[in-house]
Amino acid sequence: MAGHHVSTTINGDAFEFVCEPDETLLDVLRDRLSLTGSKEGCGTGDCGACSVILDGRLVCSCLVLGAEAEGRTIATIEGMADGDRLHPLQRKFLEHAALQCGICTPGILVAAKALLEKHPDPSETEIRYWLAGNLCRCTGYDKIVRAVLDAAAEIREGRDAA
Amino acid sequence: MHNFEYHRPTSVADAVQSLKGAEDGKILAGGMTLIPTLKQRLAAPSDLIDLGAIAELKGIKDEGGMITIGAATPHAMVAESEVVRRVIPALADLAEGIGDPQVRNRGTIGGSIANSDPAADYPAALVGLDATVQTDRRRIKADDFFKGLFETALEEDEIVTAVSFPKPEKACYAKFPNPASRYAMVGVMVARAGGAVRVAVTGAGPCVFRLPEMEQALSGNFSPDAIKGIEISADGLNSDIHGSAAYRAHLVSVMARRAVTDCA
Repeated sequence: MAGHHVSTTINGDAFEFVCEPDETLLDVLRDRLSLTGSKEGCGTGDCGACSVILDGRLVCSCLVLGAEAEGRTIATIEGMADGDRLHPLQRKFLEHAALQCGICTPGILVAAKALLEKHPDPSETEIRYWLAGNLCRCTGYDKIVRAVLDAAAEIREGRDAA
Repeated sequence: MHNFEYHRPTSVADAVQSLKGAEDGKILAGGMTLIPTLKQRLAAPSDLIDLGAIAELKGIKDEGGMITIGAATPHAMVAESEVVRRVIPALADLAEGIGDPQVRNRGTIGGSIANSDPAADYPAALVGLDATVQTDRRRIKADDFFKGLFETALEEDEIVTAVSFPKPEKACYAKFPNPASRYAMVGVMVARAGGAVRVAVTGAGPCVFRLPEMEQALSGNFSPDAIKGIEISADGLNSDIHGSAAYRAHLVSVMARRAVTDCA
């Protein structure tokens, strides 16, 4: 089983790695590139803890092979904050205490960011629909939904002011 | 998962060649079923042939009176497609209701139908809308494509390349989703085209099936009342922890009436 040489762009930087065919993109991110923000929950695409953006689309990195990343552009949770400056979603998750154990949080933040880029002014129903692929066993989702609504409002205000 | 050789062909012809040359090759489309199956070691193919780099398999075309969707087109693209939304809104709705965003962004129409999961949504669309499956070597009518539980008319080394849908006068899909997975407990596609009505059911049996009695009743009178009295037998329907066969039989009636109501 030959190793595959893969060239890809992650959070704006060029990355090259060699991986085995049976390694997932999540395995590569965590074990080869030390990007451990994306979590492995179920490993079968049910929980969304491993969510990343692949060529502009939200996907479970546990169901993508590392070799499939050839030539693709990936965004992970590590690219969300601007240095020490948290993304509004990250700040609002802290303010609203929208997390407890934290294992689902990176995936939910990545999914919420993807949602707000598409729908800057989502309703509560839309947020629940678009976050359907991300499970949280601590919060009961309510605080997450509120944090996303609040972050969306702040981002819209920021745009209006700019 | 057990390790395998990974192939990334850039044409359908090369993919068929790789598949023929492999000892026990499998096609990788969106991987939404295949990768979990490999991880659970329910399958251990010698080779995976990834269709992801074959540009000709992706996209949606409106030509020759048909909507043709490339086999590697993800569900999200069908749901977002302006032309699908305009010409066959039932198909856009169906695609939008599959799984969750992560699944819709990766899962493909070709992968879904080649897998023929009893609870998948697309089989109801293909059979209900009288679609035709295009493979690397022939065309197969949807009625002849789905053969049984995870079983299709495809040869071992045959690859689905596209699905063509004729344009219906009216069509609606009503689904009772499993609340956790959003797979269809029961999904019913009702479509009227050229005076004929087709009713296709997924989720209820081992494989998608049609309901001739309802089709006949609706051809004469396209209203929910026309099918109100039609009893659905629970014989041979699926029974599992999510619902008994009798419950699914009941859902078939309810979903069929809802689909007809939505068409009005």
